[in-house]
Amino acid sequence: MGKYIAQRLAMMVVVVFGISFIVFTIMNLTPGNAAYLILGQSASPEQVAKLEAELGLNDPFFVRYFDYIINMLQGNFGESYNTGLPVFQEIFARFPATLKLSTVAMFFAALIGIPVGVISAVRQYSFTDAVSTTMALLFASIPSFVMGLVLMLVFSLHLRWLPATGLDGIENYILPAITLSMATMATLVRMTRSTMLEVLKQDYIRTARAKGVDEKTVILKHSLRNALLPIVTVIGVDFGYLLGGTVVIESVFSINGLGTLLITGIRMKDTPTVMAAIMFVTLAYSLVNLAVDIVYAFIDPRIKSQYERG
Amino acid sequence: MKKQNNQDNNGAFKSRSQWASIWMRLKKNRMAMVGMFLLIAMILIAVFADLIADYDTLAIGQDQSIRMQGPSGDHWFGTDQFGRDVLARIIHGSRISLSMSIIAMSIAVAIGAIIGAIAGYYGGTVDNILMRIMDILLAIPPMLMSISIVAALGQSMVNLLIALAIAYIPVFARVIRSSILSIKDQEFIEAARSCGSSNKRIIFKHIVPNAIGPIIVQATLAMGATILIIASLSFMGLGVKPPEPEWGTMLYEGRDFLKQAPYLVLFPGGAITLAVISLNLLGDGLRDALDPRLRN
Repeated sequence: MGKYIAQRLAMMVVVVFGISFIVFTIMNLTPGNAAYLILGQSASPEQVAKLEAELGLNDPFFVRYFDYIINMLQGNFGESYNTGLPVFQEIFARFPATLKLSTVAMFFAALIGIPVGVISAVRQYSFTDAVSTTMALLFASIPSFVMGLVLMLVFSLHLRWLPATGLDGIENYILPAITLSMATMATLVRMTRSTMLEVLKQDYIRTARAKGVDEKTVILKHSLRNALLPIVTVIGVDFGYLLGGTVVIESVFSINGLGTLLITGIRMKDTPTVMAAIMFVTLAYSLVNLAVDIVYAFIDPRIKSQYERG
Repeated sequence: MKKQNNQDNNGAFKSRSQWASIWMRLKKNRMAMVGMFLLIAMILIAVFADLIADYDTLAIGQDQSIRMQGPSGDHWFGTDQFGRDVLARIIHGSRISLSMSIIAMSIAVAIGAIIGAIAGYYGGTVDNILMRIMDILLAIPPMLMSISIVAALGQSMVNLLIALAIAYIPVFARVIRSSILSIKDQEFIEAARSCGSSNKRIIFKHIVPNAIGPIIVQATLAMGATILIIASLSFMGLGVKPPEPEWGTMLYEGRDFLKQAPYLVLFPGGAITLAVISLNLLGDGLRDALDPRLRN
């Protein structure tokens, strides 16, 4: 088991370097001179040349990338062109809101999505099944920001039950988290339903039933446990979409998270902030996937036995 | 029921080509047909948009005398804060969303196909290197990838197209590689080779037609996802710029009037949802129709 986890960790290091290289390359495509962006268009050529040398903008691409990585590993993501403050500080202040929001949303999605998927599969072709699969299709297709605006219109502006913006109290989380969870909930319902349907057809389920195991145990213990693997995969993959999706949701509900920081950074052409925000979210995503890989090791006996033998 | 379908498979289906039998299965799937009907209707609306509603006067032209009017006989979907007809803008918006997602997917499929085919056909180190690069690209969620490319290159339709294409290249490269891997060692390829077929003939006559199914399914579903990304980016002010009648841009402009004029948000939002639903329904239906395990 330790070997398996070590392998995943090693793989993640490679992926993280790859990601940082891609993001760095993309951000270096930005047209225009960073020194001018910081100093303003009225800066004299001497001032620009001095700052360029300070920032190392004249260095070759790989030298700059290498410097960036070295600094990044020390927790230094550079200074914002806009405020002059260290980017890391800003990110660290905003990241908790984003992480909390996506975690609550994922929890929501799993709490509703998985049971609905199970019921849907157990009662295939029933009315409940039809309703839940139709809802899942709808949830998967409505853009999150439209859903967010509709929920805001109904629950905040008309009924005045919940606050429309900010993230001060628990009640503030409800609308954005529901909005954010919709698409993942839909995927989980569909995934759970189809895997459960496949599992329920297996011989060992028939055996369990023939042995006289009661239906509840057949479904929860024999079927769901075996259907769990693809469901966990979906949770891992979709967490990335959730983290990406928060960018939009934060904009809808005016939440001061990483997404808002990213969008403001893009508008201000604040490359260090943008790069750090994207890097941070992608890293968080990789970490979640690493966690998912490790969870596999515990729920998939095939992985366990493979490494215990070796 | 099951027996009859089997008979169909053994009897009637046998004489049909693979595509005809896929079409037969697709036709039986009511939801997929609804999706296809919606999609065709939307494509027709996009193609004939100019005949349905004039672009310059209705979709772009401003008229302060009729601003912010709710839905009525004259303006079915109402008018916005500049007195532009919302329905006309939605109709013309379908052109942008559909054409952009089709172009982006075509680029992604073309480049993904080349990468996937090279990796699948040559295998070994080439395969390993190419696929690890794709894995890393896949580790960045498409939405973030698009945002970062647009952030770097600047906000424009062309940059958004490039962003979407790059975000989806690894998806298609993977699909194409795995279909090629599953096909290239099959007996009918060996048979073709032993009959003296050229590499070109094997690739275009045998491998491509057999690999194309999963690509169509993936492309249909990805088109829905790209329409969502285009709209999301425009909604955040990073995609298509106003005054273009893009659906996300319309929401971006309309969200400030959410309380007074919710129709400014609801109608374009509905249009995006309908477009994505139709593509999802068709994509799901195609996947089922192409999956031989689900033939019954």
